Amino acid sequence: MSASQSALKPRPASALDVARIRADFPILGLKPSGKPLIYLDNAASSQMPQQVIDRLVRYQTTQHANIHRAVHTLSEIATAEYEEARRKITRFINAREEREVIFTSGTTEAINLAMHGYGRRFIGAGDEIVLTTLEHHSNIVPWQMLAEEKGAKIRVVPVNDAGELLIDEYEKLFNARTKLVGVTHVSNALGTVNPVKQMIAFAHARGVPVLVDGAQAVPHLKVDVQDLDCDFYAFSGHKLCGPTGIGILYGKAALLERMQPFKGGGDMILSVTFEKTTYNVIPQKFEAGTPPIAAAIGLGAAIDYLSAVGMDAIAAHELDLLDYATDQLKRIPGVRIIGTARDKAAVLSFALDGVHPHDVGTLLNQDGVAVRTGHHCAQPVMQRFKVPATSRASFAFYNTMAEVDALVAGIRNVQKVFS
Amino acid sequence: MADPKSLYQEVILDHNRKPRNYGALAQASHKAEGHNPLCGDHLSVALNLEGEHIAAIAFQGESCAICKASASMMTANVKGKTRQDAETLIQEFRDMATGQIDIDKQAHHLGRLTVLAGVRDLPTRVKCAILPWHTLHAALHSVADTSTESENDPMHAPLGDA
Ligand SMILES: Cc1ncc(COP(=O)(O)O)c(C=O)c1O
Repeated sequence: MSASQSALKPRPASALDVARIRADFPILGLKPSGKPLIYLDNAASSQMPQQVIDRLVRYQTTQHANIHRAVHTLSEIATAEYEEARRKITRFINAREEREVIFTSGTTEAINLAMHGYGRRFIGAGDEIVLTTLEHHSNIVPWQMLAEEKGAKIRVVPVNDAGELLIDEYEKLFNARTKLVGVTHVSNALGTVNPVKQMIAFAHARGVPVLVDGAQAVPHLKVDVQDLDCDFYAFSGHKLCGPTGIGILYGKAALLERMQPFKGGGDMILSVTFEKTTYNVIPQKFEAGTPPIAAAIGLGAAIDYLSAVGMDAIAAHELDLLDYATDQLKRIPGVRIIGTARDKAAVLSFALDGVHPHDVGTLLNQDGVAVRTGHHCAQPVMQRFKVPATSRASFAFYNTMAEVDALVAGIRNVQKVFS
Repeated sequence: MADPKSLYQEVILDHNRKPRNYGALAQASHKAEGHNPLCGDHLSVALNLEGEHIAAIAFQGESCAICKASASMMTANVKGKTRQDAETLIQEFRDMATGQIDIDKQAHHLGRLTVLAGVRDLPTRVKCAILPWHTLHAALHSVADTSTESENDPMHAPLGDA
């Protein structure tokens, strides 16, 4: 750990047995590019431990049937396991009730659900939606579609040069037409942890509900939706050591009940005639059709795994990795770190003088180092920092200091090739 | 899979450092803009046709080394050639980069451009190498704007007898 950073932010030493944890992740032992994999693209998608893989296999080999539909035993087992997964997620984010936890296909669908179910019903011509410069496209585009359809307006909270939201400016954006705030908990491009609790309190004092995009927060910090008091909270299973194709929209029950359904079909109804359909209660009202049952159960298993490791220990280890990597990169001339917020999660975006991120990514891959290069689905962030793209290393609890060293050596090699 | 190192050969690094025909043309008879929204590569190609010959050509923009080297080598190659010869090269380059011709076995006119053949093993980099060629194709046809993602992308349109 870097002395300078740790002096700033004293923390207990990380207590993770990383070697033992790594043994749970079969993919970390592979050599996809010919060199041992150094996986630093966790913000895009994290890897899955054997415990979750085994759970998926057990479900598929012994428990699978459709849910909520038949009286036979297998269907009852599958239904019980699916609802047990919902219970685990409810506890994990400390929601009040299980019916506040809606299964979606991911963060993107969760936000689209909120847009259709809430936005289209309660936001109209001349109304305003407050978003931030740090949003992922999935928390921009749905709201733009709504604004276009309804004649509503989008207002954007700016950031400073460190990549921190300007809270004064945020507060100034509110007026009588403000109907919703959408804010990312953690920026996927820069790692900034936003003061969402404070932002929510401010919005609530003006009667404005807040949707938090938690895709990058849930894997790295302890999230308590009641403590935040957010109205909606969206996240994805695949960034949480779970499967793809599953995600969550948490919503306060009172809001969900007033919302219109997003998709129509089976399971979301109580009765159907061609004259009239009566919608089911929440959460079923929002879960039309056969859901990704195995993926939901896999997400439950991933949450068990993360809870056993401990979210506090995970956060502490990841911050150690971030501090060390930040300190190492700062020592390399020609490297510019983009995103230097005081409160950051383990995301390190950087630019190399005279080298395009795509060339950085291809050359690092040659050393086995997997990073993301590009605009990270956050083009407004790129525009703000006047870069076409960045290279981004993002850490998970199974990464090691030695992997940070490999990243640093890889970057020096890129500079040598381009010197 | 080919060693990606072979992509960053000295020729390519040299063209990246000192791109040929880089800049604007005082007056151009044909020009086009090309961009790849996936990685932010962006470049413009301008040329002057005298009769059927490309009398002058220049490019500028912001891009990765592969794209810039490809553009630099392209301009050096097509300068003085006929429009028809340029179209042949565009087609052959595209076939090389997407692995549709075996440059060691089949006849072609690519010459030193074959140093860029390594991109065919790097699917995410193919578009970087092809972008300048798409843009040249668009310029020759005076399409104002081209993108590797748009519907009128020459990559998805027949190149041959346009
Ligand atoms: C902050 C943020 N929001 C939303 C998303 C979209 O998540 P998904 O693609 O799983 O729907 C991502 C993932 O890239 C993200 O990082």
